[in-house]
Amino acid sequence: MTRQRVAIVGVHEFPSRHTHGSITPLQMKAQCAARALEDAGLSWGDIDALYDDGDGINWPGFYMPQYFDLDLKVVDTTTVGGSSFEFHVSHALRDLGSGRASVALLTYGATARSSQTSIGTGAKYSEMGPPNPISNMEDCWGPTLVSDYAQFAHRYMYDHGVRSEQLAEIAVTARYHALRNPDAVRAIEDLQLRPGSREMTVDDVMNSRMVADPLHALDCCIISDGGGAVVLATEDVARNCRSKPVWVLGAGESVRYRRNVDDLTLTGAARSGPAAFGQAGVQPGEIDIAMIYDSFTITVLSALEDLGFCAKGEGGGFVEDGRLRFDTPGLAVNTDGGGLSSNHPGQRGIFLLIEATRQLRGTSTSQVPDARLAVAHGTGGTLNRTHASGTIVLGTEPGDRR
Amino acid sequence: MSADTTHEPRRVLPRFPELDTEPFWEATKEHQLRYQFCEQCETVIFYPRAHCTKCTNTDLTWRTSSGEGAIYTYSVIRRSQHPSFMDMVPYVIAWVDLDETFRMLTHIVDVDPDDPESGLTIGARVQVHWIDRGQVSLPAFHLA
Ligand SMILES: [Zn+2]
Repeated sequence: MTRQRVAIVGVHEFPSRHTHGSITPLQMKAQCAARALEDAGLSWGDIDALYDDGDGINWPGFYMPQYFDLDLKVVDTTTVGGSSFEFHVSHALRDLGSGRASVALLTYGATARSSQTSIGTGAKYSEMGPPNPISNMEDCWGPTLVSDYAQFAHRYMYDHGVRSEQLAEIAVTARYHALRNPDAVRAIEDLQLRPGSREMTVDDVMNSRMVADPLHALDCCIISDGGGAVVLATEDVARNCRSKPVWVLGAGESVRYRRNVDDLTLTGAARSGPAAFGQAGVQPGEIDIAMIYDSFTITVLSALEDLGFCAKGEGGGFVEDGRLRFDTPGLAVNTDGGGLSSNHPGQRGIFLLIEATRQLRGTSTSQVPDARLAVAHGTGGTLNRTHASGTIVLGTEPGDRR
Repeated sequence: MSADTTHEPRRVLPRFPELDTEPFWEATKEHQLRYQFCEQCETVIFYPRAHCTKCTNTDLTWRTSSGEGAIYTYSVIRRSQHPSFMDMVPYVIAWVDLDETFRMLTHIVDVDPDDPESGLTIGARVQVHWIDRGQVSLPAFHLA
């Protein structure tokens, strides 16, 4: 059977970052799905493949089809934190590409801000459910999400020579883009993000409070509410959609975890990236926009290196002097403001896909002229202990039938 | 006992039954730091499990570590909202590479992380430092 090309045909991002209990994650998922379907010119009855990571309800394979009232041919509940949505697109490319289904829906909704979830420094690691060998060896040391990435960052700086001021540049660029995005500007006001509604400087980051050495408060993503939806379709459906299709050209997945005698600084991107680029038949140097999961500044720098945008150890220089901005030559990164400055409800992988789609449609608030190729790269879990990496290559042209 | 652990409201401890890690924690009562070894393929297994992760052997040998190693990486946690750790800040969390080639998450204790002369660095040699907590002892480390 001839493989079908697959495209993103509908996207929607929930505009508010602070909903004050006015909406549940499930309602947010449904609202975003409805808007994304309208964007595509489709409706609920067209969906025959659903991907869900369980952020709105436990056992999503049972309850999300019911809540949305769908008749499905494919259900996939892969749950790998913030990278779930890149894994979902990878699986949708497989499922739609092979003809098992024709229209796929991904949704996300979370109210981390309204429910005051302490994502970075809280108690989520301890005493949740029955013990397992990992929790029994690690919870007693009180790691936080921030300390996990901080341990990774410390070794990374030691091995590869990156400096804190260079990591800070990633946060500065995110804020530069956020200030051009009206939803992010409102987030800066609603969430009272420091240093307020002006450009951030490297000094702002360096002078912000140390949370877990070497990561400062402004090296860390914000905590917000948020949601989104993405609709994908096979080529024959996509050609009749209301929107301009954004083609899924390649996908890669990897899961890595702590090991004895291992280089912790090598992330799953070193495997997921080449797989995705190889399938797409493109080189990292051809990419116009990289949407890189930015839970922390180090998450971006390590991914840029392991995806091959620069060599290991060259990331510090690669991100300096505003080189990641949309209005400077070369790669543009996180043009919506990212998790560092626009929204991070816990698992922001879907927003990487949404902003990459906007760029390739020409509708970003920090639009790269003539953008043709984009990457969405999700990192879920923690780089220090266990993480998942999902890479998706998107393009304005369908490319070969791979 | 190290000074940084005396005012804890309730330390988070391993919970049982948990069959993979129970022999490890049982040995800590005797201040023995144990790890597993596969005699068939000479692989070190850590954290504890009931199978070799390299070959298909499911009968591993327990060995006792010298308790000596080096810091692979660490962070100073300055903010925690966990009730058992919020009053312990700042504390030093680390991956320590034991000389027997296994890596474990732990604390580095008896050190002032803000003293530039403390000797706390990546690569620093460390020695196990037992923190007795009733049903188990926690294997922290101090600078050697
Ligand atoms: Zn073996």
